[in-house]
Amino acid sequence: MSLKRTFKCLPVAAFAVSMAMSALAEDADFFDQAEHDRQIAMLGATPIGDPAKPWLQSMTDNFRDTSKYKKNGAGTICFSNAGIFNPWQVVGYKTMREEIKLHSNIKEFIVTDGEGKDDKQIADIDDLLASKKCDVLLVTPNTTAALTPAVERACAQLPVIVFSRGVATECPVTFITPVGGYAFGAQAARFIIDALPEGGNVLALRIAPGVDVLETRWSAAERIFAAEPKIKLIGSEFTNDDRAIAKSIVEDYLQRFNKIDAVWMDAGATSVAAIEAFEDLGVDIPVFTGEDQQDFLAKWKEKNMTAIAPTYPTFQWRTAIIAATQILRGEKVPGPIWYLPQPTITADTLSKYTQATMPPQHYALCGCEGMAGYPEVWGGWK
Amino acid sequence: MSIISTKSGTLPKRFLRLRAIEPIYFILIAIVAAMVLSNPIYLDYGPMMQLLRRSSPLMVLAVGQLFVIVSGGFDLAVGSLITFLILICALLLNGNPELAYFAIALCVLVGLMSGAVNGLIVSFWKVPSIIATLGMLLILRGGGLYMSGGSARGNLPDTFRALGRDSVFGFPVSLIVVIVFGAVAWLILHRTSFGRQLYMVGSNPRAATLSGVNVAGIRIAAFMFSGLSAAIAATLLSGFSGVSTSAGDGYELQAISAAVLGGAVLLGGRGSVFPVIAGALALHALFTLLNIWGFPKPMRDVVQGLIIICAVAYSARRK
Repeated sequence: MSLKRTFKCLPVAAFAVSMAMSALAEDADFFDQAEHDRQIAMLGATPIGDPAKPWLQSMTDNFRDTSKYKKNGAGTICFSNAGIFNPWQVVGYKTMREEIKLHSNIKEFIVTDGEGKDDKQIADIDDLLASKKCDVLLVTPNTTAALTPAVERACAQLPVIVFSRGVATECPVTFITPVGGYAFGAQAARFIIDALPEGGNVLALRIAPGVDVLETRWSAAERIFAAEPKIKLIGSEFTNDDRAIAKSIVEDYLQRFNKIDAVWMDAGATSVAAIEAFEDLGVDIPVFTGEDQQDFLAKWKEKNMTAIAPTYPTFQWRTAIIAATQILRGEKVPGPIWYLPQPTITADTLSKYTQATMPPQHYALCGCEGMAGYPEVWGGWK
Repeated sequence: MSIISTKSGTLPKRFLRLRAIEPIYFILIAIVAAMVLSNPIYLDYGPMMQLLRRSSPLMVLAVGQLFVIVSGGFDLAVGSLITFLILICALLLNGNPELAYFAIALCVLVGLMSGAVNGLIVSFWKVPSIIATLGMLLILRGGGLYMSGGSARGNLPDTFRALGRDSVFGFPVSLIVVIVFGAVAWLILHRTSFGRQLYMVGSNPRAATLSGVNVAGIRIAAFMFSGLSAAIAATLLSGFSGVSTSAGDGYELQAISAAVLGGAVLLGGRGSVFPVIAGALALHALFTLLNIWGFPKPMRDVVQGLIIICAVAYSARRK
């Protein structure tokens, strides 16, 4: 029968494809030891600036002169956004819109939506340049390599600020970023190792392969787990950021290994679904790592879990607008890289960041609590 | 025809009788056997019930899809409809347990209405169902994201989530929903004149019209049934895993895959309820099996694609 024949050739096809996949995985090695070490050192450093306004702080003392861009009177800020396709971007963009209201030297704010497509965003940047309306251009690149040439073209015409994800050029006036993904991943992995007894089983849940800000988190954690003989990494799986998949994976691993002692996550959106897998089976919730989403923080508090939440603060969307207004005034701006602090939520600071009146996927580190539209603009209630 | 009959004539009688059984049952048995061989724990009651619980939304949705496929169409809107309903319910309920049953009723109503609109567009505007429901997919996806502001808002209370999450004496409530829904669907499809007319519309709409069947009405009813199944799947799925803006992504294709695996013919006129439920279960069992074997996600997609193609090719030859 044809079916039988097909089943016979399946393993061969599977083998060939898996070889190709692993070859791809080798090529996409995201680990950079020097950068990793720099981030780990930076995580422990004290930032410069007002601790009450972390979005204005800088981890390093390096500035760029922008006096040549000084504009008399108000200017136009243009923003080529990669898109709004996840809650992190939703929170960040709302914070950004509120920040704009605080500045009298912004005449107009023009936004284009790249819809998560490289080609659309490249065209957006070219259109913004051709319009000749922009005094400063903000860019959140959809992907690093594809957007670099477009950003370089923009740099030749006007001051550029890049944030959220990076580009492979130093031509922008500044690249605004928290400390980084290695620090994020390493911190969560270390927490697990310190919390686990001898012979603990660790499951890693990741969103998807190939995104630099996520790959760096995993590559740092993977190395720490591999170097630690007392724990066993039982698997690393992709959830596609889907709650049902995350919960199913955890259920399956619980069947296979009988016991999971810690779950490491590269992002927190599906943490609660993963936790529910333990709850539904009546098993104790193990050590967890997550992020600053309210649903995770609330669950952590409610169940008194052993957990940690490194963050990738959404307050950087405020910083981008502030940097643009500084350029319009010709003031010095931290650069070529503006490292923002990257606070970590621990058991000690959990209460400070838990906000029961905010939506489940609201990020605690929005830096938006003091803004005029808070909390309604972010979907919360008083 | 003659070639086929000569060929079957050479086969032993007993084998012929085996061929009358839908192949999906053999596929399901093979997958479950492989699961049990890889990890005997799947023979236990608990893990088996977990598998059934997480397959429940797809089983319901695939049965709804079957009605549309039998009538000769597709319903691509169901995945977005699920997400839309989950987002709306979360906004409406926001942790408020008293409104849970009202919210479920609202889901059912919106599901039926969305299906009715699909059916009306297909029947009276003569838009092919693949396009009509693709349009509806985009409308519901955009509408849901717009109303919720692009990110999930509000929480679902435990009373709402009980259908998809709770168990009674270790038996998942969602499975009871599947059994009731499957039984009703089976009765409608195989024991009523509506069911017979649905098959007629699917296999030959012209002949159905000429023999006095209300083709438009039948088609609209089929889409409404699919909308209803999406509403039920939405309550089960959000019960299982909670609120997210991507909750229903990909479910339309999984439902079509499950229906096709269960022997439904894409151009209409053929298919029945229980093999389709088996198809949905087989898909989920396959995901679990590939996970047990340690296949990474991209490989699981490849294998899933191969198996679906093989199963449909086999069904086509079998006819």
